[in-house]
Amino acid sequence: MGFFDSLKQRLAKTRNALAEKVESLLKFSARIDEDTLEELEEILITADLGVNATEKLISQLREKVKAEKIRSPEELKEALKNEIVKVFPDKKLDIVSPTIILVVGVNGVGKTTTIGKLAYKFKSEGKKVILAAADTFRAAAAEQLSVWGNRVGVDVIKHQEGADPAAVLYDAIQAGKARRADIIICDTAGRLHTKKNLMEELKKLYRVSEKEYKDAQIISLLVLDATTGQNAIAQARIFKEAVNISGLILTKMDGTAKGGVAVAVASELNLPVFFIGVGESLEDLQEFDPKAFVEAIF
Amino acid sequence: MAFEALTQKLEAVFKRLRGKGKLSEADVKQAMREIRLALLEADVNYKVVKDFIQKVTERAVGQEVMESLTPAQQVIKIVHDELIRLMGPKDTKINFSQSKVTTIMLVGLQGSGKTTTCGKLGLYLSKMGKRPLLVAADIYRPAAIKQLQVVGEKVGLPVFTMGGQDPVAISKAALEHALRFNNDVVIIDTAGRLHVDEELMQELINIKEAIKPDEFLLVVDSMTGQDAVNVAEAFHNRLQLTGLILTKLDGDSRGGAALSIKAVTGCPIKFVGMGEKLTDLEPFYPDRMASRILGMGDVLTLIEKATAAIDQEKARQLEEKIRRKEFTLEDFLEQIKQVRKMGSLDQIMSMIPGFSPQKLQGIEFDEKELVHIEAIINSMTKEERQNPSIINGSRRKRIAMGSGTSVQDVNRLLKQFEQTKKLMKQLSELEKGRKKGRFKLPFFNF
Repeated sequence: MGFFDSLKQRLAKTRNALAEKVESLLKFSARIDEDTLEELEEILITADLGVNATEKLISQLREKVKAEKIRSPEELKEALKNEIVKVFPDKKLDIVSPTIILVVGVNGVGKTTTIGKLAYKFKSEGKKVILAAADTFRAAAAEQLSVWGNRVGVDVIKHQEGADPAAVLYDAIQAGKARRADIIICDTAGRLHTKKNLMEELKKLYRVSEKEYKDAQIISLLVLDATTGQNAIAQARIFKEAVNISGLILTKMDGTAKGGVAVAVASELNLPVFFIGVGESLEDLQEFDPKAFVEAIF
Repeated sequence: MAFEALTQKLEAVFKRLRGKGKLSEADVKQAMREIRLALLEADVNYKVVKDFIQKVTERAVGQEVMESLTPAQQVIKIVHDELIRLMGPKDTKINFSQSKVTTIMLVGLQGSGKTTTCGKLGLYLSKMGKRPLLVAADIYRPAAIKQLQVVGEKVGLPVFTMGGQDPVAISKAALEHALRFNNDVVIIDTAGRLHVDEELMQELINIKEAIKPDEFLLVVDSMTGQDAVNVAEAFHNRLQLTGLILTKLDGDSRGGAALSIKAVTGCPIKFVGMGEKLTDLEPFYPDRMASRILGMGDVLTLIEKATAAIDQEKARQLEEKIRRKEFTLEDFLEQIKQVRKMGSLDQIMSMIPGFSPQKLQGIEFDEKELVHIEAIINSMTKEERQNPSIINGSRRKRIAMGSGTSVQDVNRLLKQFEQTKKLMKQLSELEKGRKKGRFKLPFFNF
């Protein structure tokens, strides 16, 4: 079974509702008119693409209908798929050794779980990974990361609850240097992007990485919950400003949420999605493929 | 295009309405189009929006608006009323069991905030004089039990754990434990689960059948998008929820999910999570939420908080001092402490009408600023606090060192204090002759 099929299978739950709607819509409207486009618009909004991204896509589609003389609903569907695929920037996560990965996001999106999965993936690829438990705020967050560390079999650097996150990262960097780790993955406390002080704290982690490990590549990954609505755009914008986000990880894609907000984020901020989370076990992290993603939605 | 909060959107709409004396049907339609888009951007479910727009349009196009003297106000009122109607009626009571132990179950998706809410609700109920027992029934997420134990310790409540045993057995044993140890409320923290996870949904049904909870509350992240209706509907259909708790409302999401989940389940939203501190749980007020959405500020909450936190006697003394122009840095410090008791500054600001998030952009409220000011004043001698004019260069240096700030910070504070004092003198002249007993917050002058 190819990757494409497996992704499609994993996303089965996600795609059904939307796919059915589009299918039925396209089946019954033999001719394309304004109503058809309007109904498509509704479907995209219901998938959390948001008003702006949807309007943009539909207006592009409208031009295509005119320019390319699209007649059949089938062609229209393909054209819309292509438009959505094009929204995602074609960038891949490029890991060189050494790399520091800061994993950031608002509360409860699944940062710690995702780090467990990332560590597993990198370790399977033969990389040496160290985890930094820099979420010193949430109760038992370091313990949670330690459990993942044990499962994967990688070292976890942690301090006590309430310790300075930057100090944890500093120690992890020193450990990373001494143990010749390829990748240091830093867990951070969930924080709402509107909390100025907490965002400053995050910037400090970025500065510490720059200052204490000059040879290392620093990558900030934003974890987004696929069930999140339009607030994800504000989250992505502010986290990007703070720690120069290079891409997204979309979690909880195994539910009924369509994760359409990723299209909106990619469209507005030119951010690629690197991975998607589709379950709670270590292997449930998949590389994001825009074509497969869109294909699986429809 | 920037993300725009619903408030800002609606304000833009109403500004347009305010500009005209009378409204045509086309104007109303235009306004409703904007409201529709705003609501969609605020993540209100598509169907709920449709329903809402239809109702509001029906009421707006017609006599009420056309014949009203202030059409814009009328439209605001209609939208506001309809929002309240959708989210109401207010029902924030916990349904306490008549006999022995009240059982409350918290359920929801992963990461919605169940464990934190469990602690907050426990604290809230213990302040009401109850003796809650928190129960760790999340046996799946690594360290979830430990997290609840830490939370329990912070709020000073007992936590019942049985390791990774069957949640049904844990819940039953917890009830017996509560009876034996005289706890009158049991709050069960369950594992986060997807509403489409058949196995785990069945587990909840099993717990429900085993202990017959008095309250079955769904914890929902206020940032949830269109999917909120599917989640709420699925949980409600399977488990017959008795209420909802909305979390993470301290962010800038407009919480459109609140409208959606209320509309599809009909269950009351009982509480809202307003911050990371374990005291940050508030009852849900539909009218306040609607006002907030419309940018009318949450005046009621502010007033309530102010009266609870500010010591009336101290406020009277302060007013007396202002009148006698004896306001010192010590009073300044006292005032800061009182303001801080009310909550975080941006929380307070968001409740003041006229301060829409848009207007607040560019003004940053730095909580640490207050900490610094406190530290600086604490580093002064009593004499210095009474009479700041004696603070010379070397004293400034000492104060800066003592408070861990810089001389510039000390200077800034002293200057601010002088300016405020001046302003207050002017104010108190104005206030003369007005009725007594009204407390004010002179440092709230922006």
